[in-house]
Amino acid sequence: MAEQFTKSMARNIYYGGGFFFFLLLIGLTVDTMLDLPKRDHRENITIAVAQGKKHWEDNNCIGCHSLLGEGAYFAPELGNVFQRRGGGDEETFKQFLISWMGVQPLPIPGRRKMPQFHLSKQEINELAEFLIWTSRINNNDWPPNIEG
Amino acid sequence: MKYTSQQVAKPYFVFALILFVGQILFGLAMGAQYISGDFLFPYIPFNVARMVHTNLLIVWLLFGFMGAAYYLVPEESNTELHSPLLARISFWVFAAAGVATILGYLLVPYSRLAEITYNDLLPTMGREFLEQPTITKIGIVIVCLAFVYNIGMTILKGRKTVINMVLITGLIGLAVFFLFSFYNPSNLVLDKYFWWWVVHLWVEGVWELILGAILAFVLIKVTGVDREVIEKWLYVVIALALISGLIGMGHHYYWIGPGKYWLWMGSIFSALEPVPFFMMVMFAFKVVKQRRHEHKNQVATLWALGTAVMAFLGAGIWGFIHTLAPVNYYTHGSQLTAAHGHLAFFGAYAMIVMTIISYAMPILRGRPQGNPRTAQRLEKFAFWTMCISMIGITLALTAAGAGQIALQRLPEAGKALSFMNTQEKLIPFYWVREVFGLVFFVGLIAYLSSFFVGKTDKLANA
Ligand code: HEC
Ligand code: HEM
Ligand code: HEM
Repeated sequence: MAEQFTKSMARNIYYGGGFFFFLLLIGLTVDTMLDLPKRDHRENITIAVAQGKKHWEDNNCIGCHSLLGEGAYFAPELGNVFQRRGGGDEETFKQFLISWMGVQPLPIPGRRKMPQFHLSKQEINELAEFLIWTSRINNNDWPPNIEG
Repeated sequence: MKYTSQQVAKPYFVFALILFVGQILFGLAMGAQYISGDFLFPYIPFNVARMVHTNLLIVWLLFGFMGAAYYLVPEESNTELHSPLLARISFWVFAAAGVATILGYLLVPYSRLAEITYNDLLPTMGREFLEQPTITKIGIVIVCLAFVYNIGMTILKGRKTVINMVLITGLIGLAVFFLFSFYNPSNLVLDKYFWWWVVHLWVEGVWELILGAILAFVLIKVTGVDREVIEKWLYVVIALALISGLIGMGHHYYWIGPGKYWLWMGSIFSALEPVPFFMMVMFAFKVVKQRRHEHKNQVATLWALGTAVMAFLGAGIWGFIHTLAPVNYYTHGSQLTAAHGHLAFFGAYAMIVMTIISYAMPILRGRPQGNPRTAQRLEKFAFWTMCISMIGITLALTAAGAGQIALQRLPEAGKALSFMNTQEKLIPFYWVREVFGLVFFVGLIAYLSSFFVGKTDKLANA
């Protein structure tokens, strides 16, 4: 590095730059927080949706699946499973999920396995509510197609 | 070794490496499940193996960072550690909490673990990388506080070198951002938004300060180059890391709910994130070229250079590949993400921990000029085996990711293959990954063996 560029100049860029961009991040975060209610439709987070998120976490579904593209890559994306497996119809999807959860693990040799979680019908309905709410988040139209 | 209290670093290093072995064994188990879903099912379902794999990774890296700090801060500060006793107690607390948590994952169903640890009182479990029971998270906070206090007091009473200040800033940041793991609202979008304040602000933020500080310390020691020069470089690297990385977090906000401007803000700033990693490569090679003496611990220098290069490949190149929003639209959450995650975590953080271990362990074992020749030769073999096989793993996953995108993501609905059908087509790539994983394991065993060979040699420093 050129001799004119001294250590104290480098230090000032570090402190100044770090501080400035951290403040900018806070500013953008505040702006995002104001914008999000329009995009996440939080008015639709019912008790059932909140309970569904809890079952999702308590059973570590994210350890195999991705949700909005984050998580594990071992099993299908579930952010749009409401469209894929329910065709966008709530009743159809709930029926699907109840039977799906009931028949796991599928007895197909060699195929990746999803465990049996022994959830009640109500718990599965709440999971379905959570996945339906999730599928309606405005997330800039990801994934590219129905397969997730 | 200048101060006897530096010895507290030793158990941290040893335990880190033991956990590393566990991490790889569970990685290999998952690799097998990718090929045959029946492997170990239902005893160890994939999600359990994954928690164990990633949590062991994080915990062994934390042990490594702590060991590094306990070793280098007294030496940099020119004083004994504030409290070696506190360091030894926190070691045992952290080790016990870590082992108990891993056993919890393995022995009871996850929902049962949530129940017996009273997750309902403050639900924080069940999110990627943050699967630990709330009580474990509280334990981690306490251990981190004790650690930062101990290191901070040592620096306060001693010399405040640039390396010390950068390291402690990174460590405080690590502890502070971990607090976001306690925020888990029922709104998934808010949950995800602040989840990244732990994960991204760690690996692409404050951990880079820790990485830079450790690398600078080892380079000063093995090359004897003037501190002033190295400190200037360190400032440049971490300045660029923060300037690009803070807003670069936007590359995680494309598809989880936040608004459209993150698409271009995230793209522009994260596209700059490779720059500090590239500077690190330049800096490491330049400093080694200008070295003032030949340190007999050659393999430590190799690790230091290797860290810079592999971090640049994993974080810089493989990060850049998928960071622009129009590309990420197709690559998001694919095997390409896993390819990048592996090379970046290994190249930057696993390797910096092995760098400091390679430099410090011989000294802690009474070999100031490094290990005997045969041990160093074996360690070099281990270095190359692990690096090359990790690149092999990365290339296999990159190919799998490209295949996944071509079959499942790019075609329009109706023509695209389903997730499961796509995965079946990718099995050959998963075999390649698994074979390289086994080679990696051989490298790891060679690495561990290098600690035990050559005792009868003439010591390199004799
Ligand atoms: C151990 C890994 C694992 C865990 C944990 C897991 N799953 Fe699955 N899941 C799978 C696999 C593998 C498939 C694909 C099965 C198949 O097609 O045969 C799947 C498929 C599904 C599907 C159908 C998706 C589709 O489009 O075909 C749904 C819905 C689902 N899982 C929901 C859940 C929920 C809810 C949880 C948490 C309670 C969960 N999964 C936990 C492995 C897992
Ligand atoms: C050597 C053999 C290894 C194998 C076979 C292996 C395998 C795996 C598998 C199958 C996953 C889960 C991917 C998924 O969600 O579907 C995973 C995740 C992960 N592994 Fe490994 N692994 C190995 C070594 C390592 C090493 C050495 C590191 C880092 C130092 C590492 C870091 C990670 C990380 C960070 C994740 C999470 C990735 C993400 O979320 O994108 N692994 N590994
Ligand atoms: C050493 C530093 C880094 C480490 C350890 C690291 C690790 C990771 C890991 C583990 C993930 C997966 C997270 C998940 O499971 O959801 C990830 C995602 C990602 N990383 Fe990095 N990373 C680093 C640096 C970078 C850099 C410098 C860039 C950009 C140039 C980058 C770009 C990305 C992107 C775009 C994603 C999202 C992938 C997706 O959409 O699925 N990373 N990183």
